Amino acid sequence: MYVAVKGGERAIENSQALLAELRRGDPSVAELSIEQIRLQLRLAVDRIMTEGSLYDPELAALALKQASGDAIEAIFLLRAYRTTLPRLGYSVPLDTGKMRLWRRVSATFKDLPGGQILGPTYDYTQRLLDFALLAGTPVPPAPRLPADAEPVPAVLDLLDQEGLIEAESASCGDPEPHDLTREPMRFPASRAARLQNLARADEGFILALGYSTQRGYAHSHPFAGEVRFGSVEVELVPEELGFAVSIGELEVTECQMINQFAGSKSQPPQFTRGYGLAFGHSERKAMAMSLVDRALRAPELGEAIDSPAQMEEFVLSHSDSLEASGFVQHLKLPHYVDFQSELELVRRLRINAVQQDEPT
Amino acid sequence: MSEQTLDLNLQEVGAAFSDPVLSSQAVFRAALAALSRPGRIQSVPHDAQQPPGATPAAAALLLALLDPDCTVWLAPRLAGGAVSAWLRFHTGCRIVSQPAAARFAWSDADQLPLLQQFALGSEFEPEISTTCVVQVKALDERCGWRLSGPGIPGRQRLAVAGLGAGFLAQWQANHNLFPRGIDVLLCAGQFLAALARTTAIEA
Amino acid sequence: MRMCDPPGSLERDPNVNFAYLDERTKRMIRRALLKAVCIPGHQVAFGSREMPLPYGWGTGGIQVTASILGPRDVLKVIDQGSDDTVNAVNIRRFFQRTAGVAVTTDTTRADIIQTRHRIPETPLREGQILVFQVPAPEPMQRLEPRQSETRKMHGLAEYGLMHVKLYEDIAHYGHIATTYDYPVLVNNRYVMSPSPIPKFDNPKLNMSPALQLFGAGREKRIYAVPPYTAVTSLAFDDHPFEVQRWESGCALCGSRASFLDEVLTDDHGGRMFVCSDSDYCTSRQGADVRSVISDGG
Repeated sequence: MYVAVKGGERAIENSQALLAELRRGDPSVAELSIEQIRLQLRLAVDRIMTEGSLYDPELAALALKQASGDAIEAIFLLRAYRTTLPRLGYSVPLDTGKMRLWRRVSATFKDLPGGQILGPTYDYTQRLLDFALLAGTPVPPAPRLPADAEPVPAVLDLLDQEGLIEAESASCGDPEPHDLTREPMRFPASRAARLQNLARADEGFILALGYSTQRGYAHSHPFAGEVRFGSVEVELVPEELGFAVSIGELEVTECQMINQFAGSKSQPPQFTRGYGLAFGHSERKAMAMSLVDRALRAPELGEAIDSPAQMEEFVLSHSDSLEASGFVQHLKLPHYVDFQSELELVRRLRINAVQQDEPT
Repeated sequence: MSEQTLDLNLQEVGAAFSDPVLSSQAVFRAALAALSRPGRIQSVPHDAQQPPGATPAAAALLLALLDPDCTVWLAPRLAGGAVSAWLRFHTGCRIVSQPAAARFAWSDADQLPLLQQFALGSEFEPEISTTCVVQVKALDERCGWRLSGPGIPGRQRLAVAGLGAGFLAQWQANHNLFPRGIDVLLCAGQFLAALARTTAIEA
Repeated sequence: MRMCDPPGSLERDPNVNFAYLDERTKRMIRRALLKAVCIPGHQVAFGSREMPLPYGWGTGGIQVTASILGPRDVLKVIDQGSDDTVNAVNIRRFFQRTAGVAVTTDTTRADIIQTRHRIPETPLREGQILVFQVPAPEPMQRLEPRQSETRKMHGLAEYGLMHVKLYEDIAHYGHIATTYDYPVLVNNRYVMSPSPIPKFDNPKLNMSPALQLFGAGREKRIYAVPPYTAVTSLAFDDHPFEVQRWESGCALCGSRASFLDEVLTDDHGGRMFVCSDSDYCTSRQGADVRSVISDGG
């Protein structure tokens, strides 16, 4: 006799126990500490903070541990944590011109005020597996920039002085920016809403779209005006004080991409901007974001929209890893009822088709 | 943050709900029930101290539904009294001077402006319209108007004491705007009844 | 028959706000719900929050339930008509843990029923609220994926596209080939997705005594059908709306009036048909069977 499947409650409890055991692995091997993850898996932690849109390296490391190293699952944990946090205040805009730099490179000028600062990068590491890390070897101290180094001006500000690049202007009336985590996206979106969406967007998706703009799928001729990574102060103006006070520091990566623009009847030829910003050290993300940001400015700059990266609603509706992951994977949920409905229909259609084919 | 300074004496501001979480939920459910069943009277028991000039049900509704994301228009008598400070203190809402700029309005029945002066929403976003909380003298669901529309099986009676003579014609115009239009919560004592924009009224 | 204290029942977590959401989020959702009720079938955009459950798994329904739920409400959660599928269990546990509410499998005892893909067979009554989990709130999304365009169509009540699609089905197959998530017209104005319920359930939407609320978390939309509101399934005069029928009744309770799931019983083509609504089926089989299931066993 058939009995319907029951016991979902126990199944869930058992599944969670198994998951915890597999996460921990062999108990004879030392357990990872949050400190170890935060300090030694730095770039994974940075990605989780960026897409999780919460700057908290410790919690991001915890999320990574809890998620057994799955970045998207860790981002999910961080987002679910931040969603109900109260808003205590709003900072003034970050001044990345005052960044304490780890690294700063420009592809547009050989030398420039402040110089090229290579800093920590995998770019020139030759990608040979380092078997010394199998055993673990002590690392000698590296030379660093002096802590009191002067702030370095942004490359694009130098072009701006000549009027060769569009001015970075605040939007009309400089309204309070749209808050994507509080209000639904509406199309056409403001640039602030767009940039928020791109900053939180899945790195792989943005990378592929940015790449597509370099292969003819958008009118893009980009130059990396500047990529910089370092620490900036976060400042807040408490109502009772009336002036800005520093409440801490965070590390960010910023990319200012320079793009060609032919000009129009009303505007002389000028370079245009694409912008990318990410928490921590996330150059791939910041650069890809700046390409997509520029591509999405097509309507504003009077360019034809014929490539995926220029289609605002398409890009912004599919960029979020949690929305995408959730909906793709929801196909694992039971769909018996809908499938039964389709099954019944297909059987009926087949009977009708056979009857029509029969000679009369 | 609101630019309006909160100029008030804390001693004079009556207390809000003693349990804001559960009271807000209960009051919301009364409002949900009222708008789901236009013309049916719902009771709104609560323990907030409403300021002078406020009807208990109306005060509870606004306390339960507003926060700093909301704009509110107050009719002159309420704007001039303790209501304004009480509402801003407890909810952080922004008081606006134009009915058309308000997502909520709070008025005595005799000071209600023309309904068409409120925000009516657009064809594409008809929900961006004012919800009017109107303090009336009395409500009775055994006599009066005959209401029909979504939420009403057949006809629902409702008598409302205190509304001006022009209300029915204005309501008809509002109803005809559907899907645009305002929605009204009528409050008397600790009771409320609603008119959704879908509600047709026969005198 | 309330699952007052099933074995291993969950304590309310004192570190989480009642029903998980913060109060400002609840207010935002409540305001959206009140407007949704006033404009039956119209999709109201709302600031959907990131929930601790994945998008596509009921985040919209959960946010709606969390915003309306009170401590004295009795909650029922079903998926595919059943109280005991893992997703339904998971969501029920979420509310037990965050709100400490009583839960039930009994449709008649529930104040709020959160559902995915079904409307219970037992007729609902006044005062009950049915909360639908909605994956794709836009009924025309498959025909026109741009929200910016579909929003205009709703605004202008331009539903030609929808009728063309249904008519093409008729031209191709001889009848309308949509079997679930079958579009409806609400209060004679808005075309609405009833969520992926089988079209078998569509007639239950019409003039229901219960309030029906729809939450789409990922797509950030809320909509509603008030009680006693006309909901008609789209059709043509020469091709009227029809629901599925089965040749036999439920193999367990014998019902010929309920939606049946096909169950494969062996690998030689053996199959049987049983009620998708587990509470309805067990109540028809008798109280003995039912009480065992309600103990969470």
